[in-house]
Order: sequence, then structure tokens, then C-alpha cells
Amino acid sequence: MSRYSIFSLARNAMSHHQNWERAWRSPEPKKRYDAIIVGGGGHGLATAYYLAKEHGMRNIAVLEKGWIGGGNTGRNTTIVRSNYLWDEATHLYEKSMKLWEGLSQDLNYNVMFSQRGVYNLGHTLQDMRDIQRRVNANRLNGVDGEVVHAAELQTRIPHLNCSPDSRYPVLGASFQARGGTARHDAVAWGFARGADRYGVDIIQNCEVTGFRRENGKILGVDTSQGYIESPKVGVVTAGSSSVLAEMAGLSLPLESHPLQAFVSEPIKPVLDTVVMSNAVHGYISQSDKGDLVIGAGIDSYTGYGQRGSFSTIEHTMTAIMELFPIFSRVRMNRQWGGIVDTCPDACPIISKTDIKGLYFNCGWGTGGFKATPGSGWVFAHTVAKDQAHELNAAFSLDRFASGALIDEHGAAGVAH
Amino acid sequence: MLLIECPYCGTRDESEFSYGGEAHNARPADPDALTDEQWADYIFYRQNPKGLHRELWNHSSGCRRWFNAIRDTVSYKFQCVYKIEDPRPELAEANTTISAGEKS
Ligand SMILES: Cc1cc2nc3c(=O)[nH]c(=O)nc-3n(C[C@H](O)[C@H](O)[C@H](O)COP(=O)(O)OP(=O)(O)OC[C@H]3O[C@@H](n4cnc5c(N)ncnc54)[C@H](O)[C@@H]3O)c2cc1C
Ligand SMILES: [Zn+2]
Repeated sequence: MSRYSIFSLARNAMSHHQNWERAWRSPEPKKRYDAIIVGGGGHGLATAYYLAKEHGMRNIAVLEKGWIGGGNTGRNTTIVRSNYLWDEATHLYEKSMKLWEGLSQDLNYNVMFSQRGVYNLGHTLQDMRDIQRRVNANRLNGVDGEVVHAAELQTRIPHLNCSPDSRYPVLGASFQARGGTARHDAVAWGFARGADRYGVDIIQNCEVTGFRRENGKILGVDTSQGYIESPKVGVVTAGSSSVLAEMAGLSLPLESHPLQAFVSEPIKPVLDTVVMSNAVHGYISQSDKGDLVIGAGIDSYTGYGQRGSFSTIEHTMTAIMELFPIFSRVRMNRQWGGIVDTCPDACPIISKTDIKGLYFNCGWGTGGFKATPGSGWVFAHTVAKDQAHELNAAFSLDRFASGALIDEHGAAGVAH
Repeated sequence: MLLIECPYCGTRDESEFSYGGEAHNARPADPDALTDEQWADYIFYRQNPKGLHRELWNHSSGCRRWFNAIRDTVSYKFQCVYKIEDPRPELAEANTTISAGEKS
């Protein structure tokens, strides 16, 4: 497969861009693979890519029930940051941040990673104390962070309502300059193309319907395209993880909730960073196309329908209006929902299971896009070596019985 | 917007209610006898089914009373609501809508 470069661009211009090679093949599934990844979201595709790249495996399939990136990967609001509170979480997300910083080059695919910075606003004295504490913790862990007070914030983000008269006045923010956004589809496509180059089979429209096992060991998976044998199966299915676990006779401490997002009509550049508020609960950035990208909290009830409630839309818009009154007459173009797998401590589960050869990577909830490369990297290690990497050892399933939770609720500013 | 039927007040907008999670998750009768795994199961593990789900709702901006419901987590359609002290309707028979009037 040819590399993307200025030369390939020029060459393809000669034939009016009609003859670009397909970015990945569409093969028939083989009878047997050395490893199967269930779920063709960013995390699953990244896992396959790093299994091939870092661990020399080649006979790998990614099985996706719909189309790749059609789950939360293609539905999220693309905020990337690594300023979590606890050491375990910070190290995991920071590994991911470092991979993001070289990802377009590594994949030879422009994922449009844009380090435009991320602000997490504080609206109360306690918010500001928590922000101080988190920024200090980040710096001790070698992660960039800065506390910004309201007057300075107003000069950096002129349209943000920092007036002391507002209902929940903005007192300041934490700022991570290396944070930002990336293009979600490109992340799925870039990892798919990268994995395909190593010979990974990406099989779409292939739903896993059951697991076969014997003597506590995995044998393979039943799918809508027949039975496929494999000694190693890694499941990365986000909101559907409980359903897959049940097929394997396991249970997980997860609940699946709808999470909605919105984009406005495109407008001229007005916001050059990412602004998030936990207290009024909304967050916003502006895409390169010019649309405002907006999100907020989960719908309260559990659900698997990829849509949410009107009352949550109203709440989100109220929060954005509170922060940016200037956007009051911007019209929303599109609204949608994804299904997020929330975990009791707001941290992922990247773990072996009681069934040998069966691994789960889930529980990323509302905030796993930022972790896509790092999650794939540590999960590939876990699947290849049948052992957690030191970066994900603390994220095993047994922490719920041992009590060694990594409580990022609230601590991390906002849950995305 | 969902329309939810409070067994005490009747049908109201979703925004009047708070969600209470999985129903019938009773606190263990003899806490000292539990293993760590059993505690984890009680505190953290939920069924999270794709389909019919027994769950708690609170009419928080109304009568403020708790009640149970069976709801389909894919269509979000409520199959029925029942009071805390009511016997649990079977999931199979939950496919027909039982109104609060018929129930009480
Ligand atoms: C509205 C919204 C906003 C968000 N905003 C952010 C944000 O700003 N920043 C951030 O970091 N995170 C955010 N997130 C969270 C983030 O999107 C997810 O944590 C992350 O994308 C999960 O990636 P994934 O690859 O694990 O899951 P997915 O992309 O959901 O992939 C899972 C795949 O598994 C497939 N699958 C399911 N069942 C089966 C089966 N039986 N057989 C085969 N395949 C199956 C699905 O079709 C799906 O494609 C947001 C999420 C949503 C919904
Ligand atoms: Zn009531």
C-alpha cells in the first residue's frame, strides 16, 4: 500500500483523484486467527494496530457489527486532555497524550490533532481549591497545567461570561495547553488503515453473537458470518460491553447510558480553545469547519437506544447560554446520542477475565476518546502477553472486590 | 421527553422525576457474613440489560415518592409501573401496559 505524501497527492491529481487506493481491504473472515478484537471503534482498531506493530502479531481480525467508528468513536465531542487527578489515571492518559503527539506521523494519516488547550472552569471556592490541587498533582506527575484566574481568563477567552453578576460566576479555571481536539473519524480510519497495512483483517457487518469456551479457555466466537476460532479474544465494545459479558457468562460493574452531543451551523472563528464546566455542566469547542461542538452530561436513566431526552438537550443549552451568551441565536444543526459504559469509579476496566484468553477493555464511559491510542497500546500488551502492562495493572476487574478504586469522579473536573 | 406515570399522581413529564437505578437491590440482611466479592456484587454490579429492566423512579418534583417501573432500555417505553409494596409483575406479562388505576 502506498504512503500518503505530497508526491502521491500530485500523482493522483493527474487522474483527477479517481484512482486512490482503498484505505483498507474488505476481506472475508478466515477460519482461524491468532487474536480477535471484537468492536471496531477507535480502541479496538488501535488495539489491533499495536498488536501488529509492537508485538509482531499479523494474523488478527477486528470484528465490527456495523461500520468502523460508528459507535462512540464517531459520535463523541473529541476533547483530549490528560490532567486527571490520581497517579494511575494520569499516567494512563498521559501515555495516550504522548502517542497523540506523534500519531499523524506514525499512522501516515492526518488525525487533525489540534493542541488548542483545554480549560476546566471553577465556579465556587471549593472548585478553585480542587483545581489548585489537581494542577499541582499534574505537575508532580510531569503533566502540564496552569491555574488561571477570572481576570486573566476574560482576556484569553473574550466571549466567556466572567461577570460576577452571572448566576454561577466563573472564578477561574485549570488550563492544560497540550490538550485539545482531534478528528474522530480520522482516528478510526487512520488506525484501520495502519492495522490493514500490517495484514490485520477488518471485517465489518460482523456481529459477535456468542463465545465458545472449554475448560475455562476461550476457543472462538460465533458471529453473523459464522464461527471463527481464536485462542485470544479482546472485547472492546463500549456501551454494549455488558451484553457481550453476559454472552460469556461474566458480569461487569457497568451501566450503559445515553450521552448526547450537538453541532451548530458553521460560523466564523470565534472560539480557539476548549471550555468545559462541571458546575453548570456543559462544554464547547469550535471545529475546523466552524460549527460549535457542544455536549454535557449523560441522560440519567440507562439505555441502549442511541438517542436521549429532550430535557437533557434543554439543560445543555442552558449551560452553554450561561457561559457564552453571545451564542444565544446560533442554530443547532444536528443532535445525536451514543451509549456510554459508565463505571463506578469513572475509570476504565482493562483486564483479563476468569476465562483464559478472554480480555475486556471497557468502562471508558463519557471520556475515552482521549485515551484511544493509549488504551489500544496497553490492551495490545495485555492481550499479547496475557498480562497487564504496569500502566493498566491498577485497572483490573478485581479492584471492585479489593476496594482499590481509582476515584476520578469529580476529581477530574468534568467527565469527558 | 418521556411521559412517566406516577402510581400516585398520574402521567407527568420526565423532568419531574429522578432515576433511581436498578430496583430490588436489597441491602444484605447479614452484612458481617458477606465476602468482599459479595459486597462488590451488591454495591457495584448491576444487570444493565438490553431489554426489559426493573428500576426505581422518584417523583422528585411531585409527590416525592419512590416507585418501581419496568422499562425497555432499547425503545425506552415503559411497560408498567408498580408501587414499592406491590408484588413484582412478571417480565413476560409486562409487555402489556398496566395503568396505575388498574394496579391499585
Ligand atoms: C456524545 C459523546 C461525547 C463524548 N465526548 C468525549 C470527549 O469529548 N472526549 C473523550 O475523551 N471521550 C468522549 N466520549 C467518550 C468516547 O466517545 C468513548 O469513550 C470512546 O470513543 C470509546 O471508544 P471505543 O472504541 O471503546 O467504543 P466505540 O467507538 O463505541 O466502539 C465499540 C464498537 O463495538 C461494536 N460492537 C458492539 N457490539 C458488538 C458485537 N456484538 N459484535 C461486534 N461489534 C460490536 C459497536 O458497533 C462499536 O462500533 C464521548 C461519548 C459520547 C457518546
Ligand atoms: Zn407522584
